[in-house]
Amino acid sequence: MELVCPAGTPAALRAAVDAGAHCIYCGFADETNARNFPGLNFSRAELADAVGYAHARGAKVLVAINTFPTAGHEALWHSAVADAERAGADAVILADLGLLAYAAEHHPDLRRHLSVQAAAANPDAINFYASAFDVRRVVLPRVLSVEEIAAINREIDVETEVFVFGGLCVMAEGRCSLSSYATGRSPNMNGVCSPPEHVDYATDGAESVARLGGFTIHRTPKGEAAPYPTLCKGCFTSGDKTGHVFEDAVSLDASTLVPRLAKAGVTALKIEGRQRSRAYVAQIVRAFRAVTDALEAGRTPPELALARLSEGQAATTGAYAKTWR
Amino acid sequence: MRNAPDSIKVPSFVSISMQILPLWPISMALSQLARDLLRTHPQILNRIDKYQNQKFMLDITDLPFALLLDPAQARLRAFRRSAAPEADARISGTLAAFLAMLHGVEDGDSLYFSGVLQIEGDTSAVLALRNALDDAELDLSEEIARALPLLAPPLRLALAPLERLTGLHLRRVPLEVY
Amino acid sequence: MDLTIAPNPFFWSAESVRRFYDGLADAPVARVVVGELVCSKRLPFWQNEIPQAVEFLQAAGKQVALTSLALITLRRERKLTADLLGMGLPVEVNDLSALHHIPAGMPFWVGPLVNVYNEGTLRWLARRGAERICLPPELPMASIAVLAGIAQAEGVALEVWGHGRLPLAISARCYHARLHERAKDSCQFVCEEDPDGRDVDTLEGQQFLTVNGVQTLSQSYACMAEHVAEYQDMGVSALRLQPQSVGFHTICDDYAQLLAGDLPANALIETLSAAHPDMQFCDGYGHCGTGASWSHGASSARNVPTGCS
Repeated sequence: MELVCPAGTPAALRAAVDAGAHCIYCGFADETNARNFPGLNFSRAELADAVGYAHARGAKVLVAINTFPTAGHEALWHSAVADAERAGADAVILADLGLLAYAAEHHPDLRRHLSVQAAAANPDAINFYASAFDVRRVVLPRVLSVEEIAAINREIDVETEVFVFGGLCVMAEGRCSLSSYATGRSPNMNGVCSPPEHVDYATDGAESVARLGGFTIHRTPKGEAAPYPTLCKGCFTSGDKTGHVFEDAVSLDASTLVPRLAKAGVTALKIEGRQRSRAYVAQIVRAFRAVTDALEAGRTPPELALARLSEGQAATTGAYAKTWR
Repeated sequence: MRNAPDSIKVPSFVSISMQILPLWPISMALSQLARDLLRTHPQILNRIDKYQNQKFMLDITDLPFALLLDPAQARLRAFRRSAAPEADARISGTLAAFLAMLHGVEDGDSLYFSGVLQIEGDTSAVLALRNALDDAELDLSEEIARALPLLAPPLRLALAPLERLTGLHLRRVPLEVY
Repeated sequence: MDLTIAPNPFFWSAESVRRFYDGLADAPVARVVVGELVCSKRLPFWQNEIPQAVEFLQAAGKQVALTSLALITLRRERKLTADLLGMGLPVEVNDLSALHHIPAGMPFWVGPLVNVYNEGTLRWLARRGAERICLPPELPMASIAVLAGIAQAEGVALEVWGHGRLPLAISARCYHARLHERAKDSCQFVCEEDPDGRDVDTLEGQQFLTVNGVQTLSQSYACMAEHVAEYQDMGVSALRLQPQSVGFHTICDDYAQLLAGDLPANALIETLSAAHPDMQFCDGYGHCGTGASWSHGASSARNVPTGCS
């Protein structure tokens, strides 16, 4: 199986390649990609160098241009597609209908993958994107069980890629405006969720309070480890219940499900975390490469001990297990 | 071998002896290092971008002073905590944590999630700085040797024993370590 | 401009549904989208009301369309979507996979849960057969202005969110069931207990979100009255009002008067606030982009940040 690994910087990309990534995905340093964080991502020149580095070592580079272009400013997204092709990218990862149509028309030879931000969650959606825009691979939204993924693969002709590790969206990706409701900036429009410039930490008695756009996301005893105040991972009150209404501060670890995902017909395994460091990328990629290598050789994959790298130091198999819903 | 950065502290005889030293020679040496580092790694400032003018307090909790980084002015100065000026962002943690992060041994987010590193103030600026330094793949021992050539020969000799003695990551780790 | 009634996102009893659509027959609205948007498991409880509601509304001169589900995953849901096409009514696409079932040339509507952010997407949908497009609520004014121009050129009627709790997210996980410590498959339809969704406040008592099964809405009711004049200038053709369990018919009347120029926005807001003293309002997507903010300053709500962040 192909391992698709994140890189927020050229150093992280080299770390991923050296650690055994088959494929690295990255984005330009602007609003065209869904990890538009300060200090992150690639200039045009950096991308060209990175593609050279990866190709020389047999790895591929995918460029995520997976936000939804702003009306009146589509040129920024169009030039991103053209520049990705010029840099020698092996594919672009797109979500927006209009951008898919543009890329199919103007860059027909540039391979197109459907971003998870398009939330294509059933065979009809996937077949629609495949037939309308000749999409060759679909990154499946994190809302499906392994059984459903297997059923989808029986009904489609394109490759599927699924997330196996990292941050976990509980909402259908690309279809969530919680962040802009509280802060004015959203994944779809700006490539950021719960953006750091709207985070405010305060102290209230013996507790630390984390707010996002003025809304309290969690309170923790002072000095205790606190998760980043991501909106859907917050602690809230509803009636007589107080707790993590949407999702706990956990992240996805589907490493134990890799053999089942292979059997379900999945082509590629995706690791989330373009915002993470090269140390993270190297450790996770190396660990998952051991899993895919073992699988290829017919051995039992090793169990990974990656909890320390997870947000909240806790992991879930998410929607892959049906009980999650 | 990897050590958990939260379990290693600068020995107290070191930090106590540092308390009685004047800080200006340290500030001078550090600023020399910062200037040299930013000159040889221009991409750092590119990545910090619009946060260049922010002042970052690097509060190394097991040292008797905190460091104020001013990227735009290429200054890194030491202050007693009682006399430290205002900063836009503060990152607190042990020397071991800072060094492990800088040298690519530890992931900054993981250190933050586990409470080893704490952040206050302008979170965006901290992210920009963290990402810029991560991309630069710095090796502090090499940078010190280059910025302060007089120190280079003894530093090279002392590095390995010093790492063993202190448990600190004083050099960039080669990938095979993982 | 005229008024479109959004599909009711909540789980109401068959009798409430019947009463609601009966009442809409004489409301000053041009069109109504009916059907189940949020959860296919609710349909058996009220689907028998749909044919009669459609007949009633059509007899009253309203245009009627049927919505697709917002998130289609199960085989049963895909079949349900395919079956919508045989009803002789336009389908409002709220999950793009519905397009797979719509043959080229057959006209359709596009709901606010489809990501239409730019010219390219709008043009592509128009050429695929979209007759009406309701834009996602988070779109900024500047985008609406650009898209209104493109829509006119393409012959598409453009619609924007006007009133009601904002549909902010959709998930595979059911938050109603989760709050009742039940699995989605054995939810026992607890969302029926909350005809306007179940409120979620912050730990400091700020009114924040509302869960409705697998959907998450804003707890504040969007009221875009203040921006209607701008929409009219841009060439937006309809305002969308979302059903709520209390006072909805008055709300329709008020917005109709607003569109006709017979009721100033300020007066509508005052009437609305007086009639619903417990309701928190918002219109931030229309000015600063922070959806939760409210341009009419402090409200009765508990320390909700009303400014723009």
